[in-house]
Amino acid sequence: MKEKRAVEIMENKKIAKNTYKMIILAPLVAREAKAGQFLNLFCKQRDLLLPRPISICELDMKLGIITLVYAVVGKGTAELVKMLSGEKIAIMGPLGNGFDIDDTIENHLIIGGGIGSPPLLELVKKLKGKKTVYLGFNAETILADEFKKYADKVHIAIENGTGDGSLSKSKVETKNRPLSRESRPLSRNSLPFSRYPQGNVMDLIKTNMTKADMIYACGPKPMLEAINEWAKEKEIEAQFSMEERMACGIGACLVCTCKIQKSEDSEWQNYRVCKDGPVFYRDEVIWE
Amino acid sequence: MNKCDMRIKIAGVEFENTVMTASGTFGSGKEYGEYVDINEIGAVITKGVSSTPWRGNNTPRIAETYGGILNSVGLQNPGVEEFIEKDIKFLRQFDTKIIVNIVGRTFEEYCEVARRLSSEDIDLVELNISCPNVKEGGVAFGTDPKMIEYITKEVKKNLKHPLIVKLSPNVTDIVEMAKAAVDGGADAISMINTLIGMAIDIHKKRPVLANTIGGLSGPAIKPVALRMVYQVAKAIDIPIIGMGGIMNGEDAIEFILAGATAVAIGTANFANPRATIDVIEGIENYLAENSVDSISEIRGLAIVT
Ligand SMILES: Cc1cc2nc3c(=O)[nH]c(=O)nc-3n(C[C@H](O)[C@H](O)[C@H](O)COP(=O)(O)OP(=O)(O)OC[C@H]3O[C@@H](n4cnc5c(N)ncnc54)[C@H](O)[C@@H]3O)c2cc1C
Ligand SMILES: Cc1cc2nc3c(=O)[nH]c(=O)nc-3n(C[C@H](O)[C@H](O)[C@H](O)COP(=O)(O)O)c2cc1C
Ligand code: FES
Repeated sequence: MKEKRAVEIMENKKIAKNTYKMIILAPLVAREAKAGQFLNLFCKQRDLLLPRPISICELDMKLGIITLVYAVVGKGTAELVKMLSGEKIAIMGPLGNGFDIDDTIENHLIIGGGIGSPPLLELVKKLKGKKTVYLGFNAETILADEFKKYADKVHIAIENGTGDGSLSKSKVETKNRPLSRESRPLSRNSLPFSRYPQGNVMDLIKTNMTKADMIYACGPKPMLEAINEWAKEKEIEAQFSMEERMACGIGACLVCTCKIQKSEDSEWQNYRVCKDGPVFYRDEVIWE
Repeated sequence: MNKCDMRIKIAGVEFENTVMTASGTFGSGKEYGEYVDINEIGAVITKGVSSTPWRGNNTPRIAETYGGILNSVGLQNPGVEEFIEKDIKFLRQFDTKIIVNIVGRTFEEYCEVARRLSSEDIDLVELNISCPNVKEGGVAFGTDPKMIEYITKEVKKNLKHPLIVKLSPNVTDIVEMAKAAVDGGADAISMINTLIGMAIDIHKKRPVLANTIGGLSGPAIKPVALRMVYQVAKAIDIPIIGMGGIMNGEDAIEFILAGATAVAIGTANFANPRATIDVIEGIENYLAENSVDSISEIRGLAIVT
């Protein structure tokens, strides 16, 4: 029988502004989990009734540890920050379905926007073939070095804090795997602004004419919509990890729905992001 | 410790114990069935079902408030045919009672679902005339005593199974509504549905819920629910299924002392997927500690006359 269980926190530290990495020891959960799934984290404060869904960022099945990366946005995540290593946290999971991984695909394009990036890290580790990663952030990067370890190429776009990707200028870092960090330091100077005049992630992908047979993306809805438009034009299939406010997290309450059309000749229906998703194919999603 | 008698009877149907799941929070048990043994639960009250599929409201459908949650699911359901095919079949594998929550936009739709379910292998039907999340039907039927009496009568005529009428707390006089249901021929009352409320996102300066308003549930509403059960229990003789913010055995005991025959667990499932079982164990412990042999012995004991 599945259960809500208390697991030990091994580490919980700040990795960027308002962003934390928590490592938990949960062998039973890690054994079953895969990239793109999430966990429900429960708060200790009794008035916070609902669990907080947080994606699995990294998995180590051998050691039985799971890494989570979360942004502090409200009362629940503020409580998570206060938890210390050695403390226990109640979790449920793994929940949802992960990304579909097909070893015959040659060119993978992985796109993360802000706090949507963490769930893509475990995916990048598991994919075979050529892996090109694009990450977009408002100000500070997260997990950039980790992505560089497992991807063939990582492009990073930083919007200049405006939060409006289409208008802002951005600083862009590009790095090839064969070059170590030391040999080609990633600084503002190494890649001048002027080389990439416009730069949210989507613009960058278009400029680079990135080749892809499958796209995997997680991030804000406008970003996913932009990717969808581009991918439709280029006829590239894409898997999107969708986000919606949740209650049960297991498919019972129907609060977390997303409009999905399974085939051309059927009408759209409300699918549960927690149970039927969170990953959906782009051509199934009805954008509003 | 001797195991005490947890069995109860409602409209001639015998339940193994007094704990049920609240409609809409537990689906038809498929998902929570991976976390609890459904055989141990007295009854599963299923998600509201209508004659044809309903898509429900836009998202966000949920907001969290102090000790409570607001939902505006809007009774999304696959329609009665698919429900019978999948959900009833699934639930019948277990040794639990099946209570089907029904909804409609018109009297005729309610009666249609009732007629369709009459030939099915279920135990009771719960008439949801109290959902705040649909524009027509739902709560509109549940706030006027004449409407309650009429719809109860009409649905009864079309139904083979005993009928529970679920009351809305969004009324001035709950006792009047309960009496109207009794006059209409209800076999039992369940109460309460959610309280209408809202939350505003101060950063976006917009309501959190896409539907603007939603139904409040969880421990925040327990005192209101308990008061209403108490008042209704004093006034009518048919069994009451009490619900509203029950989180543990002690909460459930309060409802039973206030006169409820059974209790239903809703929002608590989200905070603790084992909530139903924990409540059953909590009640059993209380009865044992107080040397009570049967749950029926404490029903309504707190009522002051
Ligand atoms: C499948 C999934 C995976 C996620 N993975 C991550 C992740 O890896 N890292 C991360 O930082 N965040 C992630 N999120 C978002 C995260 O769940 C919310 O930011 C978090 O629950 C906010 O909680 P809070 O109490 O701090 O905020 P509050 O606003 O106080 O939360 C109140 C309620 O709303 C819910 N809620 C608020 N914002 C969101 C949101 N954007 N999405 C879903 N529910 C929300 C909360 O769970 C809670 O029930 C994920 C969400 C989903 C649905
Ligand atoms: C997400 C959600 C969905 C609900 N759906 C229904 C429903 O379909 N029919 C119904 O009669 N009540 C529905 N309810 C109300 C509950 O059955 C119950 O009356 C109410 O939540 C109070 O109990 P609680 O505080 O234990 O949750 C729903 C409640 C929630 C939270
Ligand atoms: S959160 Fe309950 S169905 Fe998805």
